[in-house]
Amino acid sequence: MLAAMTLALTACSGEAEEPEAPADDGMQEGDDPAAADLPEGSTMAELAEAGSIRIGTKFDQPLFGLQGPDGVPEGFDVEIGTIIAGELGIAPEDIEWVETISANRESFIETDQVDLVVATYTINDTRKERISFAGPYYEAGQSILTLASNEDIQGPDDLAGAKVCTVSGSTPEANLLENFPDTEVVPFGAYNECLDPLKNGQVDAISTDNVILAGFAADDDELEVRGEPFTEEPYGIGLAKDDDEFRNWINDVLEEIFEDGRWTEAWESTAGTVLPTPEPPAVDRY
Amino acid sequence: MDLISENLPALFAGFRLTLQLAVYSGVLALALGLLLAAMRVSPLRPLSLFSAAYVELLRNTPLTLVFFFMYFVAPQFGVPAFSFLWVAVIALSLYTAAFVSEALRSGINSVGVGQAEAARAIGLTFGQTLSQVILPQAVRSVIPPLINVLIALTKNTSVAAGFGLVELIGVGRRLSTANAGDPWVWVGVAVFYLLITIPAGLLAGVVERKVAFAR
Repeated sequence: MLAAMTLALTACSGEAEEPEAPADDGMQEGDDPAAADLPEGSTMAELAEAGSIRIGTKFDQPLFGLQGPDGVPEGFDVEIGTIIAGELGIAPEDIEWVETISANRESFIETDQVDLVVATYTINDTRKERISFAGPYYEAGQSILTLASNEDIQGPDDLAGAKVCTVSGSTPEANLLENFPDTEVVPFGAYNECLDPLKNGQVDAISTDNVILAGFAADDDELEVRGEPFTEEPYGIGLAKDDDEFRNWINDVLEEIFEDGRWTEAWESTAGTVLPTPEPPAVDRY
Repeated sequence: MDLISENLPALFAGFRLTLQLAVYSGVLALALGLLLAAMRVSPLRPLSLFSAAYVELLRNTPLTLVFFFMYFVAPQFGVPAFSFLWVAVIALSLYTAAFVSEALRSGINSVGVGQAEAARAIGLTFGQTLSQVILPQAVRSVIPPLINVLIALTKNTSVAAGFGLVELIGVGRRLSTANAGDPWVWVGVAVFYLLITIPAGLLAGVVERKVAFAR
């Protein structure tokens, strides 16, 4: 163990002077091949050298990113972020989790407040103009949650004339406005703030990605997800625009973990506790 | 720039709701604030204590928290769920009334105590003293702080964006999402806020000059 650490240290200190040699050392040692393989000057090498990473995630989404009592978020997004950090040789305790909400993810990346965003972050063209996406690592779809006692709303087709709560400025809000012109969209600040108005009868339903709704329904027998998803929401990992090296590297990591079972393991220990385990999606190297 | 002109109808709808919130809440807050100020200076101890407690509680609580109480706590105690607009108007009015009351009280205190004593000496009741002697003089010194309170109220309506209302900020968020976070959206939103607050400031200047008198 000590020997391995010494070797790793020499490898690190050698890196600055002799770019070629340390990579070989690392490979032979087999200690942490991914971290040692990183190209000089790349974002990955910088992060690995710093030994820490700032990852933006949600703090209010059960199953994906929900802040626990110790302040550290838990969920599938957090697992994916942890795996990527691990591939850079960064330990889970050296990850700084930054809360990002739907409305501020692009600007957090652009202003370099986070290195990555793994936050139920739908890949779309307008966002690609400001940031880049690796992934997708999961395909969600927008769906409807209502009270179990509600007889009128059985699925997306019954939304005409209904009041539907969602988050102000989110993609689900934009989808509702576009697909259901006869629906009154009621925006709140966070998805969990929609629950009280739903139970008080101030809104008829909540709409966002099925996985988020499933988290609420899993915690509360009064709530039910109704109907099939009506959109495709590929969740990607947000990073600085045009950092293609970093993007390709994350895509490689994702394909690796789709194959070796770590992705399935991460899913089953988090969202998989209430949702069926899907097939991993195909990475989109646009 | 084109973005603003293309989305004028949406921005205008948000502007209307913001104006509605500001005007409804402003009227209610002025009425409630006047009542609270009258209670505060009244000779009846319980009334003045109640008013003082109310003002201290609301003035020292973040507005967002007042909204949270209205939406998530009050319904648990059987308060019926109104429309989102009226819940927001009530929250804004309750909060702003505390500041109105303080502005009025400082105005009332600025009127010499001899005025009140003289009014009582000629047999006016407390209500008559307040409405016919003290307040007409107090108005002159409370116009600037009251307009400040109302301008703050106009800006505070933006808190309602997180509570089911698509006012200017809510419209801004929608347009921002639809246009990849184009910063011009927020320039447009700011201009519409200024359309309310700058005329309010100018109006304050005019009213102040109208009621001014040489001491």
